[in-house]
Amino acid sequence: MTATFRLETPAGPDDGTPSPAAERDTLDAARPRPRGRRPRAARRGEARAGLAMATPAIVLLLGFLIVPVLLGFALSFTNARLISPEPLRFVGFDNFVRAFTIDPTFFRSALNTFAFAAVVVPVQAGFGLLLALLVNQKIRGVTAFRVIFFIPVVTSIVVVSILWKFMYQPEGLINSFIDSITFGAWQGTAWLNDPDTALPAIIVLSIWQAVGFHMLIWLSGLQTIPEELYEAARMDGAGTWRQFKDVTWPCLRPTRIFVLITITIAALGLFVQIDVMTQGGPVDSTSTLVYHAVLTGYRQQQIGYGSALSLIFFVIVLVIALIQRHLTRDKD
Amino acid sequence: MAQTPRTRRTRPEASERRFRSRRRVWSYLVLVGLAVFFLFPLVFMFVASLKPDSQILSDLGGWRAFLPVGEVGLDNYSAVFDRVPVGQFLFNSLLVTVLIVVLGLVVNSMAGFALSRLRWRGRGLVLSVVIATLIVPFETYAVPLVYWVAHLPTLLVQDGTVVYDIGWLNSYEVQIIPFVANAFSIFLFSQYFSTIPTSLDEAARIDGASWFTIYRKIVVPLSGPAFATVAILTFLPAWNQYLWPTMVVQDEKLRPVMVGMQYFFQDNPAWGEIMAYTSMITLPVLVVFLAFQRAFVSSVAASGVKG
Amino acid sequence: MRNPLAIVAAASLLGTVALTGCAKAKHDGTSSGGGPTQITMWTHSAGNPGELAVYKKIIGDFNASQKKYQVVQQNFPQGSYNDAITAAAAARNLPCLLDMDGPIMPNWAWAGYLRPLDLPTSLTDSLLPTAVGRYKGKVYSAGYWDAALSIFARKSVLDKAGIRIPTVDKPWTLDEFDAAVGKLKGSGYKTPLDLGAADKGEWWPYAYSPMLQSSGGDLIDRGAMKSADGALNGPDSVKFFSWFQKAFKNGWANSDGPIGNQRFIDDKVALSYTGVWNAKDALDKVGSDLLILPPVDFGKGPKIGGGSWQWGISSGCGDEQAEGARAYLKFSFQDKYLTAFADSQVVIPATDGAAAASKYFGANGSLRQFAVLSRKFALARPATPGYPLISTTFEKAAKDIMNGADVTSTLDTAVKAIDTDIKSNNGYGN
Repeated sequence: MTATFRLETPAGPDDGTPSPAAERDTLDAARPRPRGRRPRAARRGEARAGLAMATPAIVLLLGFLIVPVLLGFALSFTNARLISPEPLRFVGFDNFVRAFTIDPTFFRSALNTFAFAAVVVPVQAGFGLLLALLVNQKIRGVTAFRVIFFIPVVTSIVVVSILWKFMYQPEGLINSFIDSITFGAWQGTAWLNDPDTALPAIIVLSIWQAVGFHMLIWLSGLQTIPEELYEAARMDGAGTWRQFKDVTWPCLRPTRIFVLITITIAALGLFVQIDVMTQGGPVDSTSTLVYHAVLTGYRQQQIGYGSALSLIFFVIVLVIALIQRHLTRDKD
Repeated sequence: MAQTPRTRRTRPEASERRFRSRRRVWSYLVLVGLAVFFLFPLVFMFVASLKPDSQILSDLGGWRAFLPVGEVGLDNYSAVFDRVPVGQFLFNSLLVTVLIVVLGLVVNSMAGFALSRLRWRGRGLVLSVVIATLIVPFETYAVPLVYWVAHLPTLLVQDGTVVYDIGWLNSYEVQIIPFVANAFSIFLFSQYFSTIPTSLDEAARIDGASWFTIYRKIVVPLSGPAFATVAILTFLPAWNQYLWPTMVVQDEKLRPVMVGMQYFFQDNPAWGEIMAYTSMITLPVLVVFLAFQRAFVSSVAASGVKG
Repeated sequence: MRNPLAIVAAASLLGTVALTGCAKAKHDGTSSGGGPTQITMWTHSAGNPGELAVYKKIIGDFNASQKKYQVVQQNFPQGSYNDAITAAAAARNLPCLLDMDGPIMPNWAWAGYLRPLDLPTSLTDSLLPTAVGRYKGKVYSAGYWDAALSIFARKSVLDKAGIRIPTVDKPWTLDEFDAAVGKLKGSGYKTPLDLGAADKGEWWPYAYSPMLQSSGGDLIDRGAMKSADGALNGPDSVKFFSWFQKAFKNGWANSDGPIGNQRFIDDKVALSYTGVWNAKDALDKVGSDLLILPPVDFGKGPKIGGGSWQWGISSGCGDEQAEGARAYLKFSFQDKYLTAFADSQVVIPATDGAAAASKYFGANGSLRQFAVLSRKFALARPATPGYPLISTTFEKAAKDIMNGADVTSTLDTAVKAIDTDIKSNNGYGN
């Protein structure tokens, strides 16, 4: 049943543009043209045009991302410091050994980063889908709600962190709200000063800030699902839940992968909220890999060590990304 | 979801209508509840911007935090102007942001076009590198990037002649150029472009159109949603740049709005002014978003939500 | 694809091509028109109108007083100043004149980013000892003022609770202080003490390492400056940090904030450990009931952190510019400017002359007590190039202990971090 639903998806709902959710692979657009039928000159022209049009982006990415990243990799095998008269010296794997042996904060940071991602990825994706289903109803004023849910996304994360830091105060809004709905049964807690609650508190505000974006992603995925499929399902006597399970969910497969990957990348790079709100504390309970790398590499000026931490971070994220890719491929 | 003996199809029409309207009421209740959840910190921000510091702190724990009561006024807003060159900062951020967005749309869409619709040697490699760079957070290579841009050549006018200099620090270009090319934008564009039928290209080729013409006259006009999406998604981080300008911009005349936040954190933070300032710098983004929201909402992931 | 693409391709090569044809820009601050030599000066004062006004006056006066040099000011916000100058220093992009937080100076001098000030010794000797930064026997920095911390209290509150009012000669002992805080808690203050723990950054070593020193510990062994072992994790240190942890665990103090002195002004806390910069506001609100008390004697006499923002001259500055920078500094250390600074910012002026003329710190000034405390108890943070890491390590360790981490193992970890860093820098030349 699901297979038939997934075959051809019609054009987008209101703008007449081609559907994005087509199931072809990224590069297929270029592929169907049979090779060899066209003259060699045309192929050479195409190759030249391709390279020329990609060149500005390649040059810029190379110059301002890849070179610095590689420079960082190189620094991670040295004793480099931001401010020092000491000559630059190759130190082999010293920095990596240091991370794994005498830096307990590194281990804790890795743990926090994964804990954060492990909660944020499913919760934010699920909550975003729920919001998308709500604002996909055909009821009056629904656009206003879409806009409202998206407003946190357009608010700077620095600003958001400052605002929530206020609200998490022991005598702040969150505690007094909980106090009033539990009729005073709740004794206020200092959310950000307690190692047990600091990371969950940051998880809540991070989801609050970013979920609107993924709501929109889900929403546009939902809007590419043709109404006829739902009608057909209703004909078969499917209720709301079965319509979701048999129509909506399978049709959202490409959206799911996109959402999964974007949330994972953002979650693993957690930095600003930590920098503004807790500086990794209390007792390392909110330190993350990126925060720890910036703290050691920049604020403490040990750029060699900080770069080593960044390199470890890349390797970990790459492995996770490959695993995700592998898993999402296998289901095909 | 208990099973009822009646299926939906056989439910009498009146009950069906009741069910629908009951469901609608619930929907609205949930939606309004969520709207409160998403708006309350921002309402707090705006309301606090109208109050003196001591009142912000004493109102913190109750409903008064959301109500413009007590000593309300625009004092914080005028104080902001005494402390921070708001106009200059807004101008700088606007300039930097617009250039990043516009140049980024051109550069990244061309790359997306080349990667999705043209065959050329090295394409596979470039594509995998682009995808690999998606996972690199800026903070982890910011310091090496400072070293690097400090050694790049630049041109400037000194005493009436054009001279070159080493180092991009303290300029607009150092805030713009490194962020023009964006792996995520390239990825979104190439995804979207790959959904446009290639038969259009073939026809245009037969008419003698160059690849650039095909890009400009056929693919770009069909890709409004992708451009809108990328524009908004690159606008936000560009507007919110904070760590980078702190590191590379020393001249106050070149500073963007987010660095201005720090002006209010003296020995004691001036909370009222902070709220006023954050309200002021959030407003332009909200306006841009509201202006484009229809195009954006209808298009965001229409630009290629695929794995 | 012909024209537009060619333009794009050419543009990306423009920089390199253009290089061949023109000359390199000059950086010595001179202009071909024969005008005055420009001297760039960085301050941490952006967003602080009072301080900027004083600078404007000094610079205006200096630029008008001679024709050879022109000082140009560039202001940064305090909160990100260290981030900004670290990046600029790493990129070798420092200005001639810059102000810096005192304890960072040795790091910069060691790295070769600063040149000795070479101001007349008559000038530097006239300043408060903690307003002068020395490294390896040379003066590298000097400041117009110093700050001081004290304990703010209300006389009526202490009298009512039957607590002895301490004096400079007979400060509170730790036992007395504990008893006093306990009494105040009993008398209805939910959190009687505000230690300022909601703040972050350099505030931590500035505020709390003097307490550590007062109990006999230290950030590092100041003799050789080669190890923190025994200083930061010795028995005196453990004793102090156990007390620090207890103060939060018992609810005597908390880290909830807000930053500043508002809770004392609102009488939500009875004792506030805070700086001279909050004194004027407190005086206005509390009036003659306000007490400025010496810090607690943890065993080795009370201590106050010394050394605040000071001026240095960078080594990237050419000889002629350095000459100008020195001329400017000499000019700026006039008592009238120091007084203006002190009275605008409510900080302790660095010379006796300036203090005498100050409305707050003069003989009958209402905040005179701070100058006394500073003279008597101020101790600078250790003048070692390893300080930036010591500072962040101390902050982290103290915060962790405040939040309940095990005292001994936290301090041992901190010592290990500091010693590893010193070793990896070949002892920082000490």
